[in-house]
Amino acid sequence: MAAQPETVEQVRAVTEQKYKYGFTTDIESDVAPKGLNEDIVRFISAKKEEPEWLLDWRLKAFRVWQTMEEPQWAAVSFPPIDYQDAHYYAAPKKKAGPKSLDEVDPELLKTYEKLGIPLREQEILAGVEGSEGKSPAIAVDAVFDSVSVATTFKAKLEEMGIIFCAISEAVQKHPDLVKKYLGSVVPYTDNYYATLNCAVFTDGSFVYIPKGVRCPMELSTYFRINQANTGQFERTLIIADEGSYVSYLEGCTAPQRDENQLHAAVVELVAMDDATIKYSTVQNWYPGNAEGVGGIYNFVTKRGACRGRNSKISWTQVETGSAITWKYPSCILQGDNSVGEFYSVAITNNFQQADTGTKMIHIGKNTRSTIVSKGISAGKAQQTYRGLVKILPRAEGARNHTQCDSLLIGDKCGAHTVPYIESRNRSARIEHEATTAKISEDQLFYCRQRGISEEDAVSLIVNGFCKEVLKELPMEFAVEAQKLVGISLEGSVG
Amino acid sequence: MTAQHPSPLHPMTYSTRGADPATAPAFLTPLDHMGSGLPGSGLSWLNELRAAGRERFAAVGLPTIKNESWRYTNLRDLAKLTFQPAAPAAAAIDLLPTVRAEGQDGPRMVFVDGRFRADLSSVDGLPPRVDLLSLDAALSTHAGLLADHLGRLAAADDRPLVALNSAYLADGAVLHVPANVQVERPIELVFVSVGSESQATTCHPRMLLIAEAGSKAVVVEHHVGRGTGTTLSNHVTEVFVGEGATLHHYKSQREGAGAIHLSHIAATVATGGCYDNFILTTGAKLSRNEVVSRLDGTEARTHVSGGYLVRGTQHADTTTLIVHAKPNGTSREVYKGVIDDTARAVFQGKITVCPDAQKTDGYQLNRALLLSDGAEIDSKPELEIHADDVKCSHGCTAGELDDDALFYLRARGIDRDTAQGLLIGAFLSESLEEIAEESIRDAFQGIVAGWLEEQK
Repeated sequence: MAAQPETVEQVRAVTEQKYKYGFTTDIESDVAPKGLNEDIVRFISAKKEEPEWLLDWRLKAFRVWQTMEEPQWAAVSFPPIDYQDAHYYAAPKKKAGPKSLDEVDPELLKTYEKLGIPLREQEILAGVEGSEGKSPAIAVDAVFDSVSVATTFKAKLEEMGIIFCAISEAVQKHPDLVKKYLGSVVPYTDNYYATLNCAVFTDGSFVYIPKGVRCPMELSTYFRINQANTGQFERTLIIADEGSYVSYLEGCTAPQRDENQLHAAVVELVAMDDATIKYSTVQNWYPGNAEGVGGIYNFVTKRGACRGRNSKISWTQVETGSAITWKYPSCILQGDNSVGEFYSVAITNNFQQADTGTKMIHIGKNTRSTIVSKGISAGKAQQTYRGLVKILPRAEGARNHTQCDSLLIGDKCGAHTVPYIESRNRSARIEHEATTAKISEDQLFYCRQRGISEEDAVSLIVNGFCKEVLKELPMEFAVEAQKLVGISLEGSVG
Repeated sequence: MTAQHPSPLHPMTYSTRGADPATAPAFLTPLDHMGSGLPGSGLSWLNELRAAGRERFAAVGLPTIKNESWRYTNLRDLAKLTFQPAAPAAAAIDLLPTVRAEGQDGPRMVFVDGRFRADLSSVDGLPPRVDLLSLDAALSTHAGLLADHLGRLAAADDRPLVALNSAYLADGAVLHVPANVQVERPIELVFVSVGSESQATTCHPRMLLIAEAGSKAVVVEHHVGRGTGTTLSNHVTEVFVGEGATLHHYKSQREGAGAIHLSHIAATVATGGCYDNFILTTGAKLSRNEVVSRLDGTEARTHVSGGYLVRGTQHADTTTLIVHAKPNGTSREVYKGVIDDTARAVFQGKITVCPDAQKTDGYQLNRALLLSDGAEIDSKPELEIHADDVKCSHGCTAGELDDDALFYLRARGIDRDTAQGLLIGAFLSESLEEIAEESIRDAFQGIVAGWLEEQK
């Protein structure tokens, strides 16, 4: 794929110089040596030609991280992670990409096909040369193993003053914006994985929507983890200035790898007065095989701050992948009348574990939040909804409604609900409902009797169960998500 | 959400995280001075139980808010006080609370500062073979029964206060209803905290309620306070409900403003049995009611309901755990709370469905009404489901009185206070209706009415 000329130049400039902190870099693979120490942090920073303040910030985070303990409270279990046994930087190989889709791994294409990714996008995702800028309807910022390689539709967005680029590029071109907002929602002391991310993040997306601008297209990033044994630490920062609107899609696919890979991303959203950010995620990383071997550890910190009056942040997630998911996209409702939303579908099958939910912190007056969480657990999977709704004394007239439903398929799986509800304002109204049930025999029989195979019937019923959430997804994603639901539950019945 | 807690799937071994061992000596030193003065010191199993409790509490002390189960209830202020074991009080007690109509009598045991007072009690009128006696007495006459049951349910491992209770184990109530015996008249247990004006006092009453197969009994506990001193009562109750047996267990906690009321109830229900629990909390400056009900047989039922009415600077914590261990169980939980002034209420309710417990039906509701700007409610309704063919739900709400309903009443010429009282009364009646025994429901309704009267 053709990368931006400046990116190419930059990567070349960095990689051709001998690394000055004690080891040389294999230019072909361009992978940092295994291990995590201050030198690695400096190495990443140097690779990115970062300004002094950012390196200092990374180092501060790294020093805090060394004093932190890995959190134990989530209902997930996994062998201890050896943080020294991973590469913390892996730029994509610079050898030429495949000339056409014919040269791409057919397995990868099959997955894309099942997901219904348009051909043009497939080309871009698979790294076919010259495919950029042809005609996708979505602006795609593809992230391959930590480095944002291609950004499409950039020119069109630039006309409107919208900045949509890799965060490493933003550090160079818009340092003031990055410096002002980076870490302002998720501080570098926040939690174990977020702090680790602050120290070693390699790339991610940066979005700035200027005052009064409605972003004319869905902004989209596809993340892929290619290189075995690389931790992926993206950092995404989205700022919606006064009266602006943006819808951002994040999709993830990862090819099959045997060893567990750690993914600890941080996403920060900032919405000013009257601004709206809609953030949608479809996550279908490798969940490990049917025996629970391999798969991604997805330990992500996502948080949005509704700083301004009447601002709105809406999270929609479809989580079907990863061996372990640990993720709580949250909203801090600071501005009066601000709105937070969380729509989630989480599907766990085989040996997958997911501990996911949200936090809604009501600070401003008349703040409103809605939580709709649908959890489906099959096979030997364990799933937990963990959420916090907190109403502070000043949040006059705050309102929350939470609905958590769990569906169990098979008698070896588990579904758990752990909501925390704290109210310190009497005029606040909070409602929380949770139910747990299984797919009824009647529903299955009805479908089977009409000639629908058991697997399709389950997919149909589960899609109905999730409808409330799936309808929140942008059109392009909704179709993909519905198919994913079916794929994720393959082999869960019969 | 950052505190550590034992993961539901992978219980952690107990650590001193969320515990404060430094607080232990203040509670244990007086015990050492009592030496062999405790009843039943000739029983080796009892000595072991006491020693294990002592050892456990010495290692961990009081729980702190880093302990997930205690994240909303801080015992920090307790650690600042020095409690002396309450001296056996000879004080005359008049006007004992009762659910009985005037002139009626029935089985009643009275405890003053944790010690049985035979002079105030009467255990007459019970069917033959039913045992109702003090723990102190039972240790000499029913040692075998106690050896089989005491400490079997209330695990001290991750509950420091249960451990402390075991260490001090001395007196309390023992009820044994043999198979197929129906005790129709409610058995009343009255606990009076008197304490001392000059120092903070503590007592650790222990109760054992055994309803054998096919039997039925109704137990009503009243907890009241006399005097103004600081008292800490740390109750532990173990309940055994046999096959097809039914035990109704009601409790009203109206201790005084200086009281700290901590209570742990652990129940097990055998096949087809029913354990019905209701707790009405209006008293004490700090209270915590833990109820653990395990359905260990198939087709077992449990009701765990209650109400909490707090104001001033009161703090009331309700922590319940219902464990469905076997198939076809039913559980129902309805809690309602009213919180005024700067009072704070905590509701933590968990339903666990074990892998075998198919066809479980679990329902839980907690609704809280906040009456003032300083009031606070912290709820944590939790579901842990490991079986697929189950129906479990919980609901939880928090808010103020409905303006429309208030307006409706005001528009009909009802003054604000009366209208508010009516609405609060109606709100609470939803949980009071969970009480199956009419006489007790009426008596508890009277307590609620009294609370609302004081409100004006």
